[in-house]
Amino acid sequence: MLLSALLTGLVLGGTYALIAMGLTLQYGVARIMNLAYGDFMIAAAFGAFVLFTSLGINPLLGMIAVIPAGFALSYAIYGVMLQPLARRAKHSGRLEVDSILATFGLLFVIQGVALVIFGANFVSYSYLAIPINILGTTLAANRVLALVLALALGAGLYYALTHTRWGTAIRAVAVSPQAAPLVGIDVDRVSRFAFALGGALAASGGVVVSMYLTFSATAGVVFTMKALVVVIMGGVGNLLGALAAGLILGIVETLVATYIDTGLTLAATYLIFLAILVFRPSGLFGRRPS
Amino acid sequence: MSTSGLKAPMKRRALIGASALTAMALALAPVSAGAQDGERDSIRIGYAVPLTGPNATGAGITTIPNYKLWVHDVNADGGIELSALGKTLPVEVIEYDDRSSTEEAVRAIERLATQDNVDFILPTWGTGPNLATGPTFDRFGYPQLAATAVTDLAGEMANRWDKSFWMLGGGYDYAVALVDLLSEQRDAGTINNKVAVISVADGFGIDLSKAALPAFEAAGFEVVYEQSYPLGTSDFAPIINEVSGLGADTFVAFSYPPGTFALTQQSVVSGFNPKVFYLGVGTAFPVYPNIAGENVEGVMGIGGVDPDSEAIKDYFERHTEVTGNPPDSWASAVTYASLQMLQQAIERVGDVDRDAVAKELSTGTFDTILGEVKLVDNQLRSLWTVGQWQDGQFVGLAHTEREGARDPIIPKPEFKPAE
Repeated sequence: MLLSALLTGLVLGGTYALIAMGLTLQYGVARIMNLAYGDFMIAAAFGAFVLFTSLGINPLLGMIAVIPAGFALSYAIYGVMLQPLARRAKHSGRLEVDSILATFGLLFVIQGVALVIFGANFVSYSYLAIPINILGTTLAANRVLALVLALALGAGLYYALTHTRWGTAIRAVAVSPQAAPLVGIDVDRVSRFAFALGGALAASGGVVVSMYLTFSATAGVVFTMKALVVVIMGGVGNLLGALAAGLILGIVETLVATYIDTGLTLAATYLIFLAILVFRPSGLFGRRPS
Repeated sequence: MSTSGLKAPMKRRALIGASALTAMALALAPVSAGAQDGERDSIRIGYAVPLTGPNATGAGITTIPNYKLWVHDVNADGGIELSALGKTLPVEVIEYDDRSSTEEAVRAIERLATQDNVDFILPTWGTGPNLATGPTFDRFGYPQLAATAVTDLAGEMANRWDKSFWMLGGGYDYAVALVDLLSEQRDAGTINNKVAVISVADGFGIDLSKAALPAFEAAGFEVVYEQSYPLGTSDFAPIINEVSGLGADTFVAFSYPPGTFALTQQSVVSGFNPKVFYLGVGTAFPVYPNIAGENVEGVMGIGGVDPDSEAIKDYFERHTEVTGNPPDSWASAVTYASLQMLQQAIERVGDVDRDAVAKELSTGTFDTILGEVKLVDNQLRSLWTVGQWQDGQFVGLAHTEREGARDPIIPKPEFKPAE
């Protein structure tokens, strides 16, 4: 029973982590508090849906198209909409406020386009909704896939960030956007790249989630909220933090639902959130402000 | 730069402004005149509905397509006949987005009543928003045909706002009908007397579980599991895993979409196969069979339509043709019927006199796609309460006023997970 609950929780946590990793890059490195993040995921979900239902391309293959599209679109959006804000902002607080307002507008643009094209209906398709048995627990294959993907992307990106030159540059900008230019880092370019990478992660999250969650043009805000909680819990800009926080949330929600009361899952989420904010204001893996 | 150089463009600007104002006044004049005397050339109908925000999905499935279909049908027929004016006028629509906010809906209704001077206002979508906009409809004296509000307060509200009409019953109606239907099945030995009940912690789920739990116990059922879950829950694995070990033949979820869909998918994957699988809002949506696939057969839920009615069959076809999607099998037909009632009431009065139309709505008998309809204390009491997917249709099993259209299929066929 406990093992089963832990596994179920781990799989749910995989979804949360996958959702949150892109936002942590966008917020932590590019310092864009992207309120349209969830709508970006929904756009990717619609992309996977169209590829699957009208062209018969399975969502895993569809990712090969959707993820680069997510990267390119985010890259373009940053260049057109957010770069001017970043250049004009005198300090990161200013940029945060400006980016919240700008992406709040973007949210409605994406939502509006999706409503025009797909209408307000719920959209769903089923892929890999196969029961698989892991250590005596029956789990849905598509949800397990989300966990595997979250772990793979998390580990892969963590390795890249810590072992490559551009990874080091990204971390430098995340730590100190003021000092980074002193060592020859083009902050504009790195921020733009990190934002686009976040967009690509959002797209991959959107595709995977679309395999098992029913979504609609207006559902993006739910994902943004969840991602935001995970990002802040894990420490802004910290990939491993997002991964760990996502998994912890999933496990706690499932344990609470199994052993205490299904009505308290949300309360438990926010209780942990609150506790972390009180005792570790910069998140589980966050740096303490110097 | 000299001062005269400054003055000239200012003058020109003032002139442009003045002429623009005149043009606006001219453009407005015939409309306001038309609204007062006999020279009107349309019946102005306004509504504020959630085109964006969390309620857009519900409104986009049930409310907006029916408004569009009705306007299309009325205008294709030449319009609504106003005998007092001696002519038949088309319907002109003014639509606002209330952005899923009741404050915005109230503001839009005020605007429709005072600025746009519309003749009638159609209601927004949902129980909460309809209760919240009730005082505004009442204040401006517009009839409110609440076709998507499920509330046990309907009687009280109809007393408070005498031009409000409540078309979808209350939680009590649906819960008690379900318990009655299940009691019969248990007494016939089809199912055991154990039920598991879950409900979404939101208006709808709370109302229904509050009515159903005492009814289940009064009927001698043993409620072996009873939990509520927060709105927005996406993972039902813990609930389904626990319930599947309790030996209940009946699983009842007073759920809300998309939870309704996630519960279905989780039950299929977990191989959870109760004899009765009942879900809440969303089961009657046209998208549900796509989500459940072949496992849709035998799933029970709230609502239903009469599968033997020619009028309903014709309505489903027209709805699909005009709006591009089939209607849902619960509140859609009720919404369309409420508009047919409005049209017939206006035609009987022969004018856009809102007091007289409201009076006709509460006392008249109307010919609608639901059959002959007469309101009782401003409420539609003739309702399908429990439905079941049978052969690709969400058919009514229980009705408040007559026999069910079909017998329930219990036990439902086993769920088959994808290979």
